[in-house]
Amino acid sequence: MKKNHQSKVIIWALRLSTYFIVMVVGYLLFDIIVKGLPTISWSFIFDLPRHSGAEGGILPAIVGTIYLVLGSMIFALPLGMASAIYLSEYAFQGRFNRYVRLAIITLAGVPSVVFGLFGLGLFVLFFGFGASILSGSLTLAFMILPTIIVSSEEALQAVPKGLREGSLALGATMWQTVYKNVLPYALPGMFTGSILGIGRAAGETAPILLTVAAFFLPRLPNSIFDQVMALPYHLYVLATQHPDAQKVLPMQYGTALVLIVIVVFFNLTAIILRNHFRKKIQW
Amino acid sequence: MVNNVKTKLASEHVDFFYGSNQALFDIQMKIPENSVTALIGPSGCGKSTFLRMFNRMNDIIPGTHHTGRILFEDDDIYSANTDVVKLRQQVGMVFQKSNPFPKSIFDNITYGPNIHGLKNKKKLEEIVEKSLKGAALWDEVKDRLHESAMGLSGGQQQRLCIARALAVEPQVLLMDEPASALDPKSTAHIEELIGELREKYTIMIVTHNMQQAARVSDYTAFFYEGNLIEQGETTQIFMNPHEQKTEDYVTGRFG
Repeated sequence: MKKNHQSKVIIWALRLSTYFIVMVVGYLLFDIIVKGLPTISWSFIFDLPRHSGAEGGILPAIVGTIYLVLGSMIFALPLGMASAIYLSEYAFQGRFNRYVRLAIITLAGVPSVVFGLFGLGLFVLFFGFGASILSGSLTLAFMILPTIIVSSEEALQAVPKGLREGSLALGATMWQTVYKNVLPYALPGMFTGSILGIGRAAGETAPILLTVAAFFLPRLPNSIFDQVMALPYHLYVLATQHPDAQKVLPMQYGTALVLIVIVVFFNLTAIILRNHFRKKIQW
Repeated sequence: MVNNVKTKLASEHVDFFYGSNQALFDIQMKIPENSVTALIGPSGCGKSTFLRMFNRMNDIIPGTHHTGRILFEDDDIYSANTDVVKLRQQVGMVFQKSNPFPKSIFDNITYGPNIHGLKNKKKLEEIVEKSLKGAALWDEVKDRLHESAMGLSGGQQQRLCIARALAVEPQVLLMDEPASALDPKSTAHIEELIGELREKYTIMIVTHNMQQAARVSDYTAFFYEGNLIEQGETTQIFMNPHEQKTEDYVTGRFG
């Protein structure tokens, strides 16, 4: 009976921990929605900002964030998936491979502001891209690469060995095997990794602060070499740099809400894509 | 071990190493055409490793190497100018754990022909029917060719894997304990099938099951700790083994 009691306590401890986390997230969302929703209007979303963002809309920041997410994905997805395929399927599983893996995992733990500094040095200054969408996208891409590589590799490793052997034994080449009999089954998992990456790319402030984000730029970008505003940085500016932070509080919540909606939108797209690929597999 | 029968496969002085660990010692063997050769021996004796040499599946295991020669119709299959893709087309393999691809039954069978460039739908349909009939599976699945192969029973899945191997028209079939995970009825089915396949294919089968070796094979080779202890006609190996170790093993004194 005592054992029974003990296991009940443990189950409840686990359960309460889970509930607690859900509550925190729930409260956070609830708070932002309640305080942000009144600000949301047609003009808030589709107007240019005025008076350092105290009035008007946030269109340039929305557009900027969307560009940055798409831009970072364009660089990070192919690069990340390609290197995951190499590491998982082709590379000799020896000491060098272990060091590469260690490096990737370490990269995942590097603070984002360091990526910002790296982007500033390499893309903005050395390559001369200046503070631009290109520099910001590349910087964000490098920041989310480890996430994409690690989760893609895990997805590849989860594909049963028998599928590779079966394909090779039929005379398929290594690449035919990977392309036809491994990748299709790993893609859903690979998309899960990119979903995590999207959220980070959209929400990070430090990497874009030094490489692309404009403090106040009430117009839309014309090319990838333009600076843009971005939602997280705009939020930061409103919250800390504005002379009358209290007055712009509704703008802050509105901005936060829009940012969350955009992240949710991107994630949903990725989830739909993932399910699409998953459905094709006839487990 | 065989006279006046054409030798299909042969191994000459084959040593095999996993890293510095030697798994096979100086294996000499001839596999006659259109016959069934069983490789028997206790776990870890090297019989599966030996089997996998004949379609170079050991190539994909890092850190392995070998010495000696493996001949397929007098060609050294480990020579530099061997086309591994072509070799594996000619020397098919069926694995211990049936590994149907998570695709439809139809797509499983056409996977091989497809990667070898066959796109003609009519031809593919013919191959599917022929291969499934060859593996004694056609009647059971002909009405659900486009359903997932994962929905088949264990025995059916293994026969599907045999059909899939037949679809690329091999001359040799390597079978690595093809029935070890199956129930007795499915096992009987596979054994019956092996009996039929012998007409057209040269078959090597690794098995743990001595009765199975006795039932399905023409020739038997007994492996022990990486050495080929004895080889000969199956009846001789089981009824009148020359080596003490062989006798101990086939009579169940160890294993």
